[in-house]
Amino acid sequence: MELRLRTNRARPTHRAAIDKPADAFLDATVMLASLGLILLCQLIGEAVVRGLGLPLPGPVLGLLLLLILLLARDRFALLVRGPLRNGGVETASKGLLAHLSLLFVPAGVGVVQKLDLLASHGIAITLVLALSVAVTLLATVLTFRLVSRLLRQQDQR
Amino acid sequence: MKDNPFSLWVYLSQSPLLWLTVTLLVYATTDAVSLATRRHPLANPVLHAMWIIGAFLLLTGTSYTTYFAGAQFVHFLLGPATVALAVPLYENRTRVVASIVPMLVALVAGSVTAVVSVVLLAELAGLPRDLVLSLAPKSVTAGVAMGISESLHADPSLTAVAVILTGIMGAIIVTPLMNRTGITDFRARGFAAGLAAHGIGTARAFQVDEIAGVFSGIAMSLNALVTSFLVPLAVTLLLR
Repeated sequence: MELRLRTNRARPTHRAAIDKPADAFLDATVMLASLGLILLCQLIGEAVVRGLGLPLPGPVLGLLLLLILLLARDRFALLVRGPLRNGGVETASKGLLAHLSLLFVPAGVGVVQKLDLLASHGIAITLVLALSVAVTLLATVLTFRLVSRLLRQQDQR
Repeated sequence: MKDNPFSLWVYLSQSPLLWLTVTLLVYATTDAVSLATRRHPLANPVLHAMWIIGAFLLLTGTSYTTYFAGAQFVHFLLGPATVALAVPLYENRTRVVASIVPMLVALVAGSVTAVVSVVLLAELAGLPRDLVLSLAPKSVTAGVAMGISESLHADPSLTAVAVILTGIMGAIIVTPLMNRTGITDFRARGFAAGLAAHGIGTARAFQVDEIAGVFSGIAMSLNALVTSFLVPLAVTLLLR
């Protein structure tokens, strides 16, 4: 949504654009560059993963790369430009994440290809997955709480 | 003139434009319903968009391949969205660094539980071996899970369905389940959601609480790493 708002503001007819014409134009360009930077991080991630045969997904390496870039920007003034300035890449990222659920719909519709399998084993599969996800949720949250409580007790001593 | 509407349908039903439009409009509707119910877990937008579009495809006799030719533009954004998780992570870095130890321990406990529980339960339910293998990586995000499935010579398209079903069920039960445990630490709750239910859990976590969303995103990324190593190991140990 934030992404939409930004591009709307960039329209020359829009009130805000009249108020600040130069800035608004820059906004739209920065948004494009920010999306480009995100894609570039993913591209480098995919290339490195393939090239070195690493057992991790390319986008995860891209995530690390973008994180390193953002941290480096705080150190080196040289990097404060384009998408790394004025919250450019931040706004673009939040726009992408605002409708994260939508991105799973195409893969989810793939269930139509598996209807025969679901007819024969559907109930068992659903029960197995539901139980497993509940157990996993509990194991994770309880471990997290237990460890952070132990750490706090240690700190107090 | 008479067959005009039909030939128009033949043209449209084969074009990516129609299915991309259907995907966006159906999701916009289910998301609006979810918002109107104040994000009730059962009004999960992915779940309802999935069966509505699925029913539409079956009714019109459209193949999934044709549908995906349009929907792939949405699907493609999963990668960039994963990269984009760097931003909330960066913005909350001090809180993340402060809870690094509980996170890593919970990561190991959760990943092992996710894989071991699904393999054992599926064996117990008497499911065929190739099906068990396809379900094993169900807690990690779709792209990674399909890769793992492929390396096990299982069925990646079935794995994708298992991943989505897991995500939806996780997103539906996480809030009521956590409320019942009485845990109000949104770092822990979010971390569990992302670990057990990957991106759909993360989307849910962001709806509930920003911090929960951040921790969920981290859990999802870290779990993708750990599970890639864990599934082949667990499969050789558990299935003989």
